[in-house]
Amino acid sequence: MKMTEKYINTGNKDTRSGFGAGLLEVGRENSDVMALCADLTGSLKMEAFAAEFPERFIQCGIAEANMIGTSAGLALSGKIPYAGTFAGFATGRVYDQVRQSVAYSETNVKICASHAGITLGEDGATHQIMEDIGLMRMLPNLVVINPCDYNQTKAATIEIAKHHGPVYLRFGRPSVPNFTPADAKFEIGKAITLAQGSDVTIFATGHLVWEAIVAAGMLEEEGISVELINIHTIKPLDKKAVLESAAKTGAVVTAEEHLIAGGMGELIAAFLATELPTPTEFVAVDDIFGQSGEPAELLKEYKLSSINIADAVKRVIAKKRSLLK
Amino acid sequence: MAEITKLQEIASQVRRDIIRMVNMAGSGHPGGSLGSADILTALFFSEMNHNPAKWNRDGKGADMFFLSAGHLSPLFYSVLSRSGYFPTEELKTFRKLGSRLQGHPSVERGLPGVHIASGSLGQGLSVSCGAALAKRAAGEKNLVYVLIGDGESEEGQIWEAALFAAHHKLDRLIAITDWNGQQIDGPVSTILNLGDLEAKWSSFGWSCRVVNGNSMEEVVEALRWAKSTAGDGKPKMLLMKTDMGRGVDFMQGTHHWHGKAPNGEQTANALSQLKETLGDF
Repeated sequence: MKMTEKYINTGNKDTRSGFGAGLLEVGRENSDVMALCADLTGSLKMEAFAAEFPERFIQCGIAEANMIGTSAGLALSGKIPYAGTFAGFATGRVYDQVRQSVAYSETNVKICASHAGITLGEDGATHQIMEDIGLMRMLPNLVVINPCDYNQTKAATIEIAKHHGPVYLRFGRPSVPNFTPADAKFEIGKAITLAQGSDVTIFATGHLVWEAIVAAGMLEEEGISVELINIHTIKPLDKKAVLESAAKTGAVVTAEEHLIAGGMGELIAAFLATELPTPTEFVAVDDIFGQSGEPAELLKEYKLSSINIADAVKRVIAKKRSLLK
Repeated sequence: MAEITKLQEIASQVRRDIIRMVNMAGSGHPGGSLGSADILTALFFSEMNHNPAKWNRDGKGADMFFLSAGHLSPLFYSVLSRSGYFPTEELKTFRKLGSRLQGHPSVERGLPGVHIASGSLGQGLSVSCGAALAKRAAGEKNLVYVLIGDGESEEGQIWEAALFAAHHKLDRLIAITDWNGQQIDGPVSTILNLGDLEAKWSSFGWSCRVVNGNSMEEVVEALRWAKSTAGDGKPKMLLMKTDMGRGVDFMQGTHHWHGKAPNGEQTANALSQLKETLGDF
C-alpha cells in the first residue's frame, strides 16, 4: 500500500491540544496528577483541566524557576506534577533548576513544553527554541519525548504518568496532520516503524514525521524504497530499532525541528559511529536562529520540509553507492 | 532552662563535628555551618515533629526540613546523624568517594533525612512551597521548614517563591534566613546589599520576626511563635541574625572561613574551644 494511502490525515490539529486533552484524561484517571502553569494556561490548552480540577491546578505566574522548584517539592511529596510553559522557558530559562531539583534529585516532574521548534511561527527567534532536545537529553535521569501529532501527544501525556521519574515532553503550536490512530498505545522508548523499506531509513521526530511520510510517498513514486521510523522517544533511544534498520538499509536520514547540534540526528549518528558507521544526512537547522513567518514558509526556508527530506534521501543514497563502488 | 542547656550542649557537639568533618575532608564550608548550628539543633532536637526511624522521602505524616543553602552540609549531616537518621560513624565519609555524604546534599545514594539535592542556591524555598502545597492537598497539619542564606537571597528565584508562598497562603511554611551578613566575596552589604530584609519580607506578605540566631532561648521561642501562628493565612519568615563561624574565635564574624578547611593546628585550636558533650564520631 502506498504511504499516502496508509497514513490518512484525519484533520489538522495542534499537538498542544493533544496535550490538553491528555492532561484532562490523566487527571480524571489519577487524583495525584496536578498541573502547574506560568501564565500560559490558554496557550498550553490547560483550561479544561483547570476548570474541572481547580484544587489541583496551580497558577505560578511568570516565574518559571519557582514553578520548577515547586513541582519538585510536589513530586517528592507523592504528587505527579505536570508543569507547562513554552519550550524555551521550560529548558534554557530554568536549566539549573531542572538539573538540580528535577533530574539529579530524580523527582517525578513532567516538564510539558509547548511551542517548540521553528513552527512556533510569527513570534520569531526569541521564542523558537531549537536547542531544547540537546539541553534536556544531556541531563541524566531525564526521559525526552517528542510526539508527532495530536493523538500521539495525547497518548504520551497520559502514559508518562505511569513512568516514575522526570520527563521532558515536547510539543508545538501549529495545526498539523493528525494520523496516529486514536487508540494507538504509546510506549516510552519504543520506536514506531511506519514503513518498511530497503534503500534508506528516515528517522523522524515531532512535526517532521508527517513531512517524512509525504517525502516517502514522493520517493516511492520514483522507485526508492524508504523505511520510515518515528522516534517519538529521543531518550532513551530505541537503539535496537536504529541498529537493525541501519543494518538493513545502509543509509540514514534524520529529520527534526531542532539544531543539528544536540539533536536526535546527532544522537543517532554518534550511536551508529561506534556500532555501525552508516552514511547519514541531517534534516535539521545548522547553527542559526530562526525568524518570524508562517510555519509552512519556515519549514521551507530552513529546509525542513518534505522536499528537503526527499533531497536528503537522494544525497545519502548517492553516498552509499559511492562507498559500495 | 534545663532544656536550653541541653540544646546548647548538643550544639557544641555539632560544632565539633563540623570542624572535624571539614578537617578530615580537607574541604567544605565551616563558617555558615557553625553560625547556623543553634538553629538546626533547636529544630531537630526540640521543635520539629519528626521520627528519624520512620523517615520517608515523601515526608508524609511528619514535619519536613529543606536545606536550601546546601553548602551547610556539614551542619546538616551532623544534626541528622546525631538525631538518629544514620550512624555518626558515617560522618567520617563526608566528601569521600562513594559516600552518601556528598559535598552538597543529594538523594542519589539515599541518605535518610535528605528530601532533595541542594547546593545551587535559591531553589529550596520553591521546593518547600511544593511540599507545603502537597501537605495542604492531603489535609495534613504538619509543617514545612526551610533554611536559606542571606547571600542566597540575592537569587531572583527566592523572590519568585516569596510572592508565590504569600499568594497561595502557605501558612504552614516556616522559612528561616541565616542572616550572617557574609558571603564568599565579603560582607553582603558590599557585594549586593539586601537592605532591610524585615521590611522586604513583610511587604511580600510574610509574617516576619528578627531573632538572635545564636541565642538558643530566642531561637526556640521564635520557632514556637511561628508554629503557634500556623494556619493564619501567611507564610513565616524568621530572620535569624547569626555570626558566621560562631563558637570558634578565629573563624567568627568573617567571610574568610566560608569555604575553607582548617589545618591540623587550627582544628586542635577550634576543638579546644568546643566542649565534647556526646562523644566524637
